[in-house]
Amino acid sequence: MSHHIVEARDLRYAYPDGTPALCGVSFRIHHGEAVGVVGANGAGKSTLLLQLNGLLEPASGEVRIGDVALSRNTRAQVHRSVGFVFQDPDDQLFMPTVFEDVAFGPLNLGLSEDEVRARVTSALETVGCPQLAGRAPYHLSGGEKRAVAIAGVLAMTPSILVLDEPSAGLDPAARRRLIGLLGSFTHTRIIATHDLDLVLEVCSRVLVMHQGELRADGEPRRIFSDVTLLARCGLEPPLGWQAALPVPR
Amino acid sequence: MHMADALLSPAVGATMWVASGALLAFSARQLRERGEDHLVPLMGVLGAFVFAAQMINFAIPATGSSGHLGGGLLLAILLGPHAAFIVIASVLTVQALFFADGGLLALGANIFNLGVFPCFIAYPLVYRLVAGAAGSPGRIVAGSVAAAVVGLQLGSLAVVCQTVASGISSLPFGSFLLLMQPIHLAIGVVEGLATAAVVLFVRRARPDLLAPPPVPAAAAAPEPGMLRPLVAGLAVAAVAAGGVLSWFASSQPDGLEWSIERVAGEEGLPEAGTGVHGALAALQDRLSFLPDYGLPADAQPEVPEAAADAAWPVVDPGTSLAGVVGGAITLCMVWLVTLLMRRRR
Amino acid sequence: MSHIDAALRDLRSLESLARRDTPLAQVDPRAKLVATLAFIVAVVSFDRYTVAALLPFAAYPAVLAAMAEVPWRLLVRKLLIAAPFAVMVGLFNPLLDSAPQLVLGSIPVSGGWLSFASILLRFALTVSAALVLVATTGLYPLCVALGRLGVPWVFTNQLLFLFRYAFVLGGEASRMATARLLRANGRPLRLASYGPLVGHLLLRSLERAQRVHQAMVARGFDGRLRSHRQLRWTARDSVFVLGWCGFFLLARSVNLPQWLGEVAGA
Repeated sequence: MSHHIVEARDLRYAYPDGTPALCGVSFRIHHGEAVGVVGANGAGKSTLLLQLNGLLEPASGEVRIGDVALSRNTRAQVHRSVGFVFQDPDDQLFMPTVFEDVAFGPLNLGLSEDEVRARVTSALETVGCPQLAGRAPYHLSGGEKRAVAIAGVLAMTPSILVLDEPSAGLDPAARRRLIGLLGSFTHTRIIATHDLDLVLEVCSRVLVMHQGELRADGEPRRIFSDVTLLARCGLEPPLGWQAALPVPR
Repeated sequence: MHMADALLSPAVGATMWVASGALLAFSARQLRERGEDHLVPLMGVLGAFVFAAQMINFAIPATGSSGHLGGGLLLAILLGPHAAFIVIASVLTVQALFFADGGLLALGANIFNLGVFPCFIAYPLVYRLVAGAAGSPGRIVAGSVAAAVVGLQLGSLAVVCQTVASGISSLPFGSFLLLMQPIHLAIGVVEGLATAAVVLFVRRARPDLLAPPPVPAAAAAPEPGMLRPLVAGLAVAAVAAGGVLSWFASSQPDGLEWSIERVAGEEGLPEAGTGVHGALAALQDRLSFLPDYGLPADAQPEVPEAAADAAWPVVDPGTSLAGVVGGAITLCMVWLVTLLMRRRR
Repeated sequence: MSHIDAALRDLRSLESLARRDTPLAQVDPRAKLVATLAFIVAVVSFDRYTVAALLPFAAYPAVLAAMAEVPWRLLVRKLLIAAPFAVMVGLFNPLLDSAPQLVLGSIPVSGGWLSFASILLRFALTVSAALVLVATTGLYPLCVALGRLGVPWVFTNQLLFLFRYAFVLGGEASRMATARLLRANGRPLRLASYGPLVGHLLLRSLERAQRVHQAMVARGFDGRLRSHRQLRWTARDSVFVLGWCGFFLLARSVNLPQWLGEVAGA
C-alpha cells in the first residue's frame, strides 16, 4: 500500500534564533518497517519527528506521506494516518479521564458514539490497560501514562506511528512491556530514542543523526558495530553488548 | 483577600454572581469570536502556572513577612484582559471548590474583586499607560506597581462595600475601610514588584512573548475592544450596586432601624445611668468582652426586665433556653443519623 | 516546597473520594449542584443573630458526608485552614455590638457574640457543603453539569485544563523550590531570585502549552472540545433535589430547635 510510505526529501529547518536543526535530510521508509532514529541530544531527532507530522514546517524540502505532500492544506489529512506519541505523556494526556483522552481523537474525527466507544475499548485493550478507563491521568504511573498515550494515538487508527523517546523514564518492567507492545505492531514505526537496546529488539533499520545531518542508515547490528561512527556521533554501543561491569566488593 | 460566604447576604452574593457571570460570558464570547485554538491549552496551563506560582513565597526584607504573586495582572499582560479574566476566574473557582477559599456564594464576589479590577481596569488603564508598548525596565516596574496597587485598592474597597452591604459583620464602613486599604496598599506593592520581576525576566529571556502585544489578533484593535468590556463592566457594577442597596434597604429595614436605635440607645446611656438599665448596660459592656464571668446573684432577677426594655429586642429567657436545648437535640439527631448511615455501610 | 505538595495532595484526595462508587456518586451532578446552591442561599438568608435555627442545616453536609464516607478529619482540617478571614472580620462583632440579645439561663449574651457565633456557623456550613459537593461529585462531572446548565464551555474547559496541569506544574514548582532550598544555605528567597525562579516556571509553562497544543492538533483538534459524556436525569435525582429543598424550606421557615426545645421542656 503506497500511502504507508514516508519520504523525506532534503529537509532543512532552522530554529527561530537561526541555529540550524536539520541540514538536508532525505530517506524513504516503507510499509511496516520499524525504524529507529538515534543521535546525541540536539542532533535533530525531535525536530525531524515533528516535521513528519506537519507540526513544524520545513524551511525547504518536502515530506511525503504516501501520495500526499505535507502542507498546511493536507495537514489534517496526514494527522489521520500519522500518529504521534510525544516524549512527555503529560503533554498528551490533557483530558480529565483516560477514557476521555483516548476518545479525544476519534471524537474529532466525527465518529458516532458507538464507534468512539469501540475504538477506545479496543485501543486500551491493545496496550493492556482497559482497567484504567475511568482513572484521571495524574493518578497513573509513568508506564501507564505511556501506554495510555499510545492508546490515544492508536484510537485514530493510523497506519504510521511516530514515537519520541518512548522508553524514557520507564522502570525496567514497563520498558519491557513497551518493547513487547512496539514489537507486536504491524504499523510503520519511526522511533526516536537513546535506548539502542530497544532499537536492536524492535527495529529492522536505524537512522543515525548528528548535527542535523543523517550520518548513517542501515541495519542496526551492522551500524552499532561501527564503534568509530558511534563515537563520532556522541553514541555508545548498546548496553547489552558492553562487557558486564565488574561488581564492586 | 477572599470574601467569605459567611459574611455575605444572599442579595449581595447573587448580585456579584450576576455581574461576574455576565462578564465571564462576555469574555468567553470574545475569545470564541477570535477563534484561536492555541488559547485553550495556553490558558489552561497558565491557570495551573498561577496556581503553582501563588504557592512560591519570597521574603520581604526587614519585615519578617513574605509575599507571593496573585497573578491577575501578570495574566493580563501575557494574555490580554478577556483570556486573563477567564483564567483568574478558573483559579478562584478551583480554590473555592477544593480549598474552601471563600465559598460558592462568595465566588461571584471574589471573581469580581480579584478578576475584574486587575484585568479590565488596572491593566488597560494603568499598566498599558505607564509601561507603554515596549516599556523600559523602569516603566515596567512603575506600571506593574501602580496597576497592582490600583487593582488591589479597588478590590479591597469592593470587599468592604460587599461586607457592609450584607450587614452580617458589625464593622462600620469607615473603620473597615481604614483596616483594609492600608493592608492592601502593602499587598499591592508586593504584587506589583513580583509581577515586574517575572515580566522583566521574561523580557530578557523571551522578548517575543511580551512585545508586540502578546495576543496578535487582539492587537489589531486593542483600544475599542478594551473600552467596551470596561464600559459594560462598569455599567453592570453600577446596576449591581444599585440593586444591592435597594434590596438591602427594602429587605433589612429591621436591621437598619435596629442599628439606629442602638446608636441612639447608647447615646442615651448617661441619662439612664442611674437606673437598673444603665447599670446592667455597663455590666453587659464588660460581660460582652468577658463572657465567662457569671452575673452577680442580686442582678439575676432583674435581667429579664432589663432585656425586655423597648430599646433592645424583646428577649424571653424561656425562649432562649428552649433554643439552646432544641439546638443540642438537633445536633444530637444529626449526629445519630450520620452515625447510623456510616454504621450501615 | 512541602506546602505545594500538601496542596496537590489535597486536590488529589478530594478528587479520588469522588471517584469511589458510593450511592451519592450515582446522583446526577446537576442535582447535587442545585441542592448545594439552595442550601447555601438558605443558610446565608438568615438574620445576622440567628444561631439555633441554623443548626438543622448541619444535616445536609453531615448526611452527604456520611453517605459518601467523606472522612470527618479531612473536612475539619480544611475548615480550620480556610477560617481566618471570616473569623477575623467576625471577631469585631463582639467588640462593636454589645447590646444583649438573649439570656442563657441567667447570663445575657450580647448581639455581637451571637452574630459572631452565627458567622462561624454559616462559615462551617457553607464551606463544608461546598467541600462535600466536590468530594461526592468530582470536578469533571461538575463541569459537565455546569456546561449543561449554560456555563460557557470556554470556562468549563478552562477549569479542567487548569486542574489537569495543576499537578504537572505544581510538581515542577515544588521541585524547583526544593532545588533552590537545598542550595540556599538557609537564605530566604528574595525578589531578585524570585523573578528568575518564577519566570523559568512561566517559560516552561508556555513551552508546555505549546507542546500540548501540538499534541491536540496532532489528534484532530480544531478549536472545539467534544465530549461524549451524557447526563441522565432520573426520578431519584428529582427526589434528591425536592427532598432536600423541602427540608431547607421547612428549616428556614420553622425554628426547629426552638420547637424541639419547647416540646422537650413541656
